Amino acid sequence: MNELNGYLLLSALLFAIGLAGALTRRNAIIVLIGIELMLNAANLNFIAFWRYGPNPEALTGVMFAIFSIAIAAAEAAVGLALIIAIHRHFKTTDVGRVDRMKG
Amino acid sequence: MDAIFAIIAALTVVSAAGAMFLRNLVHCALCLAVTFGGLALLYLKLGAQFVGFAQVLVYVGAVAILILFAILLTRSGQDDGHNLLSNKWWLGAGVAGAVFVTLAMCVQGSFVTGNRIPAAADPSVKAIGTALMSNYVLPLEVIALLLTAALIGAVIIAQKEKETGK
Repeated sequence: MNELNGYLLLSALLFAIGLAGALTRRNAIIVLIGIELMLNAANLNFIAFWRYGPNPEALTGVMFAIFSIAIAAAEAAVGLALIIAIHRHFKTTDVGRVDRMKG
Repeated sequence: MDAIFAIIAALTVVSAAGAMFLRNLVHCALCLAVTFGGLALLYLKLGAQFVGFAQVLVYVGAVAILILFAILLTRSGQDDGHNLLSNKWWLGAGVAGAVFVTLAMCVQGSFVTGNRIPAAADPSVKAIGTALMSNYVLPLEVIALLLTAALIGAVIIAQKEKETGK
């Protein structure tokens, strides 16, 4: 078992943990944390493939990871703003009880 | 597979599981910060210094704190800890387990992972900056626009609703 294998398996495990949390928890913030974990697992894959790929001097994986981090930050900001707005309106962050789009 | 990788990987996985399945939300956010730190260490170990430090700055410094603030802002009086998981939690857990098994089987059966390991490249920040300003200048501008729009949108969404009835 070489090193790339280890990184890929770790990334798959992180993705599965994030997916399990996002699918099973009731709290909207924990669902968002699960999505962040899945994004991070994808980033780890990019960096590992860049490092162990055929030409690491091309910097493609690093660039993709940097842009992905920026997009994840924007996503977290908008997601948390939405959760705060929902909490102000429904007085709960339980995704099972937020079942109306109309206020 | 060296010991350092094993230690960091174990730390990352355990803290990620804690971030997902602990009862107290503040503990979840703190575990998440540890997970992000472990991932930053892995990036450093892989030789991507810039991404590692960007991970520390953006995730540990900003996103984890933002999540902590959101948890504190949305904490309601009654603690509905009795219903931690949704009703059909076994379905979600089964899907996640199936995804992991499939991915692990793909990784183990892949021919890519059997390749020789190339020499380590050491991307200096200068090289990354030059690439960002030459090859990747259009995506950089798009990201700048996206971040501006997302942050303005977040402020507008999160601010108090005005009484529109007048």
